[in-house]
Amino acid sequence: MHRTGELSGQFQTLEQQKESATLGMWIFLSTEILFFGGLFLTYTINRHTYPDVFSFSSRTIKLSWGAINTVVLIGSSLTMAMSVWSAQVGKKKLVTFFLIATLVLGSVFLGIKGIEYHDKFVEHHVPGLSFDMYYCTNNPGACSNVSPEDLAKEKVELDELTKKMGGETAVNANSQLFFSLYFGMTGLHALHMIIGAGLLLWLIQQSTKGRFTAQYNTPVENVGLYWHFVDIVWIYLFPLLYLIDRH
Amino acid sequence: MSEHIVSPKIYLLIFAVLMILTVTTVYAATVDLNAYFHSLNIIVALVIATCKAILVILFFMHAYYSSKRTKLIVFAGFFWLAIMLSLTLSDYASRHLDAH
Repeated sequence: MHRTGELSGQFQTLEQQKESATLGMWIFLSTEILFFGGLFLTYTINRHTYPDVFSFSSRTIKLSWGAINTVVLIGSSLTMAMSVWSAQVGKKKLVTFFLIATLVLGSVFLGIKGIEYHDKFVEHHVPGLSFDMYYCTNNPGACSNVSPEDLAKEKVELDELTKKMGGETAVNANSQLFFSLYFGMTGLHALHMIIGAGLLLWLIQQSTKGRFTAQYNTPVENVGLYWHFVDIVWIYLFPLLYLIDRH
Repeated sequence: MSEHIVSPKIYLLIFAVLMILTVTTVYAATVDLNAYFHSLNIIVALVIATCKAILVILFFMHAYYSSKRTKLIVFAGFFWLAIMLSLTLSDYASRHLDAH
């Protein structure tokens, strides 16, 4: 029932068979590029329309978490590439090791994302009925995750922004756009990470049975392609959401 | 299997470059580049992100070592994205509305 890398009838050579698997994965990734691309397009148009609100909203997100997550995720791409290499050189135990390392790093990423989402929940920055950009500055002590100096800076900038946008309603309405995109884009990304984690669990289980060899490591390669793609999405998400204006 | 095996040294080198680019992009965000040239901050951020993406695609995803056929499919995906972005954004850009 399981493929073993032997030449299937419809292919002329093993090389052709292997390449068709890679091509199939890339064609799927093309659909993913457009899937995320739609959200990036929406982001671009809305940021261009409300640059000051986007700039301010972005600064309420902790840069350090995003930067750490970027390092963690690129690191997980490294361990994923290493697990493919391990299969190619026949080091079966290393395959499992690097797959587990990738899963661990991916889980760290998701954990940090959970912390970030919790922060946003506490600060009333989650789009919906309780959304209020003025909650933290109006209720001192309510947003314990924000330091007093940051809160003071936020209040000054928020007052300026309110004047510029012509009132609190406008600020709240347009910053909800930013946070809708923030949760939408990082949420879709996190969903892809969770799917990737599921795929990794499957690969880990299969690798302990010694299934991935120099002869046959296509599943590892293809999950790798998927994982690297999810990394690339984050490589673009990070500057667009966290680094709009940090000066 | 006639596939090219990429050495771990290359992976580590690419990883190091990606880390340097990450630090650079964070630093660049803290500098007011828009004072030198309109929208320079976002241009720099996107250029750095694209460099990182290209490195991941070429080396982690093995596109550098792939056949021309595979490279074409890789390019096609991003080309379709470019169509969507350029046509939609030029539509918005050519709307002469007061608020925008």
